[in-house]
Amino acid sequence: MNLAVKLPGQSIDLNLKNPVLTASGTFGYGREFAPYGDLNALGGFIVKGLSLAPRPGNACPRIIETTAGMLNAIGLQNDGVEHFCQKILPEIAAYNTAIIANIYGGTVEEFFELAARLNHEEKVSALEVNISCPNVKHGGVLFGQDPKMAAQVTAAVRRGAPNKHIIVKLSPNVTSIIEIAKSVEGAGADSVSCINTLLGLSVDLKTHRPSLANIVGGLSGPAIKPVALRSVWQVAKNVQIPVIGVGGITNAYDVLEFILVGAKAIQIGTANFISPTTAFDIVRTLPTVCQELGITSLDDFCGSLEC
Amino acid sequence: MDNQHSTRLKVLDLVPFGQADPLHHFYALRLARPAWTQWEPGQFIMIRPDSFGLEIPWGRPLGICQLNQRHLICFFQVVGRGTQKLAELKIGEEVTVWGPLGHGFNIEDDTQTLLLAGGMGIVPFVGYVYSHPKPWNLTMLFGHRAPLDCYPVDTIKERIALDTLRETVPGDLDNLIFNLEERIHDLADQNGLVLACGPRPFLKTVQNFALKFNVRAQLSLENRMACGVGACLGCVTQTTEKWPEAEHADSYVQVCTKGPVFWAHQITL
Repeated sequence: MNLAVKLPGQSIDLNLKNPVLTASGTFGYGREFAPYGDLNALGGFIVKGLSLAPRPGNACPRIIETTAGMLNAIGLQNDGVEHFCQKILPEIAAYNTAIIANIYGGTVEEFFELAARLNHEEKVSALEVNISCPNVKHGGVLFGQDPKMAAQVTAAVRRGAPNKHIIVKLSPNVTSIIEIAKSVEGAGADSVSCINTLLGLSVDLKTHRPSLANIVGGLSGPAIKPVALRSVWQVAKNVQIPVIGVGGITNAYDVLEFILVGAKAIQIGTANFISPTTAFDIVRTLPTVCQELGITSLDDFCGSLEC
Repeated sequence: MDNQHSTRLKVLDLVPFGQADPLHHFYALRLARPAWTQWEPGQFIMIRPDSFGLEIPWGRPLGICQLNQRHLICFFQVVGRGTQKLAELKIGEEVTVWGPLGHGFNIEDDTQTLLLAGGMGIVPFVGYVYSHPKPWNLTMLFGHRAPLDCYPVDTIKERIALDTLRETVPGDLDNLIFNLEERIHDLADQNGLVLACGPRPFLKTVQNFALKFNVRAQLSLENRMACGVGACLGCVTQTTEKWPEAEHADSYVQVCTKGPVFWAHQITL
């Protein structure tokens, strides 16, 4: 079965050998998972969020396991886009899979500069714009919650990286995800990914303190799958650009659920922590599961939910 | 999918330790030998039984106690819902294991080496003592709260001089700290090596004395982990210098891949 998918963009298309991507922040820079499977088998991987300047990230503890999920407040720890381009990208460039750079800026100008810096990096297939990180005090989540700001950021990245497919990652922590999706579509996004983490809180009854130093964190994992499915379904019905589904996917059946409600591609996130082989296992089993369910074309199956 | 790094291993047995004390739940878990080509004492595995389902997403990091031609032995204490599920494993059941992970302790054949363990920090030293080609150069101080029979001390006692200190009343802690200072100080004249594993306050005390007396020391950290492979950035610890890949001093590095064993001067606890 041919698993290749095309995400037709408003400006630039994104071609993937299969619909399975790995989500930013859950797969390092790809190389961390090389001992556990063939990275070339993946549709692509989205690297840990990049900022202009290095960011140390938040104080610890930064993660806590919850029922069927986890909260994280890493705070976008990374060594900056320049370090990525000069030191990391050459190490991973030889992989025959889509390398997607996730970018985060504190201002619209920073988003523009990041996009401009990555525009000529040939091995970067696409940019995923993080307008929805709940763990940094300024910026991210505000951009993601305001349709006008979201559009401004999208337009700035579009200007900065005219050669790249631009994915905008949407926050579920909004009144209407449809409104934000339409807004970034209008500003030139080539596709959207739904959803980033849900803002959550975990507390410790023994210490009377929050489990995380940041107090709140982003909830991910199987617990959020129904929210993600609903979001993808709503957004896919209301925009013309492709939707990438992410949130709680742990196996090939979950992948197909997201495609059924309208996702062109999907991302594996927290499930990479359940086992470092999850993403590879999903790619391997997807054709068999399609066969079992009588699915012969992912394109035809996409968005075929009857309701 | 099985590969050298992630594999399914059969449970050979699960032996409770320290049964006399029902408040503490310590277990030695013996698994079929994985097809690893090499490992170092101080490394760890991530283990995930099928019973975790989707409800408990993360595997659990367990220090490697011992590896021989037939089996892999780990040791754990029940402290939460994950380790509780581990304590319910049945013989013959298969678990997912990835590893060996991280970097182990230095083995320096001819160096006077002092092993300092606090509580569960004894685990990596079982394999260390067994792997060391000249165990007569090793001495060990073990501070613990639960009764001694809760811990895997027998194989250590067979090979090296082991001193133990049990902490039951507050004065015991002062005694332990006094002993740590004295033993680390003694090592300064011999250009010795200190290796320590235990709770954070214990490691901090060892670190202070090692820096004070200018004794080389390695500390093994135990932090909360999700992935074990360097991706989640949840287990990080703060560095004191541009090391090992950090662009800036005071940055955070992963305990799972850059550690869990660090030189005492390289990290801030």
